[in-house]
Amino acid sequence: MRESRLLHVPFWATFVFLYAPIVVLVVYSFNAGDSPFSFEGFTFRWYGELAGNADIRTGLVNTLVVAAGSTVLSTVLGTLLAVGLARHTRSRLLDAVGLLPAVLPDLVLAIGLLVFYSAIKITLGLHSVLLAHTVFGMAFVAAVVRTRLAHADTSLEEASRDLGAGPLTTFARITLPQLAPGIAAGALLAFTLSVDEFVIAFFTAAPTEPTLPIVIYSMVRFGVTPEINALATLLLAVSFTVVIVAQRMTRLTESFS
Amino acid sequence: MTSLHIQDVSRSFGDVTALAGVSLEIRQGEFFALLGPSGCGKTTLLRILAGFESPDGGRVTLDGADLLALPPHRRPVNLMFQSYALFPHMTVAKNVAYGLERERLGRAEVRRRVHDVLETVGLTAEAGRRPHRLSGGQRQRVALARAIVKRPRVLLLDEPLSALDKKVRAEMQLELKRLQNEVGITFVVVTHDQEEAMSLADRIAVFKEGRVEQIDAPVTLYERPGTPFVADFVGANNLFTGTAGEGGVDVPGIGLLPCDADVAPGTPVLLAVRPEKVRIGEGGRLSGVVVDVSFYGGVSHVSVGVEGRSGPVLVATQGATRVTSGSPVSLGWAAGDAVLIAQ
Amino acid sequence: MTVDSPTRRGRAPIAARLVLLGPGLAYLAGFLLIPLALVLSYTVFRRGRFGGVVYEATAENFTRLFDPLYLDVVLGSVRIAVITTLLALLLGYPTAYLIARLPQPWKTIALVAIVLPFWTNFLVRVYAWIVLLSGPGLVNSTLLDLGLIDEPLELLYNQGTIVTGLLYSYLPLMVLPLYAAIERLDPQLREASANLGARPMRTFVSVTLPLTMPGVLTGCLFVFVPSFGNFIIPELLGGGRSIMVGNLIRDQFLKARDWPFGATLALALLAVLLVLLFAQAWTARRYGRA
Repeated sequence: MRESRLLHVPFWATFVFLYAPIVVLVVYSFNAGDSPFSFEGFTFRWYGELAGNADIRTGLVNTLVVAAGSTVLSTVLGTLLAVGLARHTRSRLLDAVGLLPAVLPDLVLAIGLLVFYSAIKITLGLHSVLLAHTVFGMAFVAAVVRTRLAHADTSLEEASRDLGAGPLTTFARITLPQLAPGIAAGALLAFTLSVDEFVIAFFTAAPTEPTLPIVIYSMVRFGVTPEINALATLLLAVSFTVVIVAQRMTRLTESFS
Repeated sequence: MTSLHIQDVSRSFGDVTALAGVSLEIRQGEFFALLGPSGCGKTTLLRILAGFESPDGGRVTLDGADLLALPPHRRPVNLMFQSYALFPHMTVAKNVAYGLERERLGRAEVRRRVHDVLETVGLTAEAGRRPHRLSGGQRQRVALARAIVKRPRVLLLDEPLSALDKKVRAEMQLELKRLQNEVGITFVVVTHDQEEAMSLADRIAVFKEGRVEQIDAPVTLYERPGTPFVADFVGANNLFTGTAGEGGVDVPGIGLLPCDADVAPGTPVLLAVRPEKVRIGEGGRLSGVVVDVSFYGGVSHVSVGVEGRSGPVLVATQGATRVTSGSPVSLGWAAGDAVLIAQ
Repeated sequence: MTVDSPTRRGRAPIAARLVLLGPGLAYLAGFLLIPLALVLSYTVFRRGRFGGVVYEATAENFTRLFDPLYLDVVLGSVRIAVITTLLALLLGYPTAYLIARLPQPWKTIALVAIVLPFWTNFLVRVYAWIVLLSGPGLVNSTLLDLGLIDEPLELLYNQGTIVTGLLYSYLPLMVLPLYAAIERLDPQLREASANLGARPMRTFVSVTLPLTMPGVLTGCLFVFVPSFGNFIIPELLGGGRSIMVGNLIRDQFLKARDWPFGATLALALLAVLLVLLFAQAWTARRYGRA
């Protein structure tokens, strides 16, 4: 059945709306003029200046440290939690607790952690951001792994037990390999979310050790410069690559399973 | 008095030809079946009649009026979907009323007709229920009621019995026939199940790879298959490939088999004998060894391995049989019981 | 933290449960439940003179919440979030609908294209709108060049800009659940509706829309929640003139140092979201019985 042509208007409007600002940013990042508002010829100058910006370099390193640490922690905790919730309890309350960080507004989690850190007198720094990011990272890993578990064949685990393997051996030799693609996807998600996360980092980071989003935030608040266009373009390029690679990977793993 | 006239309809999807010039005439009030294996194009034809698919070429007229010119929602043709496609968010009564409400009938009229049709299919008590709380057989009745309440000129049924278990099937089969008699609508049923087609339809069109192989009444189709495909697809059959000879068919490796040959000697032909026409132990032309005996209550099936033939010859006998596995037997049939099919 | 409920398969040893569930739940208890409980408890205490909390019970935080000064901000935030959600639905539904009917590989490409902007840095996406909409920005200069206006328009720093920024940031979150719901819908139901005489519009209203309602509600929730509690977009695109409840909370914690009142505002934010969550679950159950 043919659909009304009328539907095509919002369809294309959506894509234009989503991509027009991105295109403008990318084009302006190569703008030779000083003003970020009018195009005066092609240059790589802003990329050079960006490379020399110490604040951004520090921010980037801080972000990568936080993201890497919280991803490792999130992946281990989230995977164990997912298997535990799916296989060893029927409690819907625990299910809800496991999902809570993923649905809770980031601002609420941010002030909660700020209050908590100050109550137990933890000094703020990269460690406090890392621990904070693990809260939602773990929830997302657990959610992704659980959907994978829901599709996994439980009779394989039963077969393993039937053949004499204990629960831990079964987990390590049967459950875990089956879940590997889900765990990888969850880890990638946790990493990306951490790199991009601003609100919680804003509340739990020390002013002396800002993450990259915090650096960008202060730059944007200070004013519009072509340097930010260049940074934005680079970040876009990284995200696009990651998403497309992830898409390819999932299709690859899907074709195997 | 032709009601539905399908002329040279063809449709392909990419490289796949679903229909290669199909022509059919379906009479007013007839119970007609489109029979064939999956992928033979019968469902495509059904979807073309309903308007969900348009043919690449050909014409379809209903009582002389062009059917293809109408959008699906304006066609006087209703379809009972294989999956039933009941609206899960509506009650049984709402499902049935849905089509009537589209005709802008009065509320009382809609209520009366819904009530009547639910009575006809025996679902008055379930009127307020949602589809997910019904059994398979009940869902099918709702789908049927929803389609016939519109009083279409043609009712299309897509594999109407395939989702039902054996017992409900037999019941529904009778029900469908009774309904068709009662409402007098032309029924076109699509099925891959030859038993379903044979028991329901007045006439059957057998499809193979987008073409119609044969159109006939069930009995004719069974007793006089016109092509090798029909002989093999409709009912069990013992087929022998050979050439027409004097008073029979000469099958290489076996010899002359009895048959009323009415073709020129030397013509390559296929000889078909139904299992129930084969008789055991009468000094027949074929000899072999019993491979297996299966008892089905009313009938027994005997498989006989015959030298010179790759598969066993099937024999159906009334009641229990005395032959046992491993015993040598002789097989034969009356010449008039065998069918000759040109290759 | 272990719960004495029967296990799904056979008898799982306590040790396995402890190893699997223990670390994660302990972490969530420490870094999620205790912090939330702390925030919750602060709502009934007084603020200290130099920030911090004086543990002295009071209801004054809640009475302050109904001060028109703050109540207006909360209601204004609801309004902005509702408008954003409705616009997202209006754009998102047709988009998701058409994506669901695209042939492969276009379907995957379109879906990836919807998700891509969402995976790029949030601040960068907001920043893009500053570049577009500011006084000397692209929109104004284009309009000037075309002679449609004589002076640059004041495009930034109003409620419309906030809505635009929120819509831009969260539109993908509307499209995805809608797409999933529409994709799951049996196409034969639409065919059945047409077959019974319904025009395309009637089929949409009577069959497609009700059956995709759970997706509509999920999408609305996904857009409303982050829009309602947002403070970055109002600050960067709203110019601080029309602040939302998120800005208010942020200011109580980082500027005014009135943590008890900030906690109370956060509780109000959670209360609104909780009501919506229950409404969504209830409606989803009503429509979702299929």
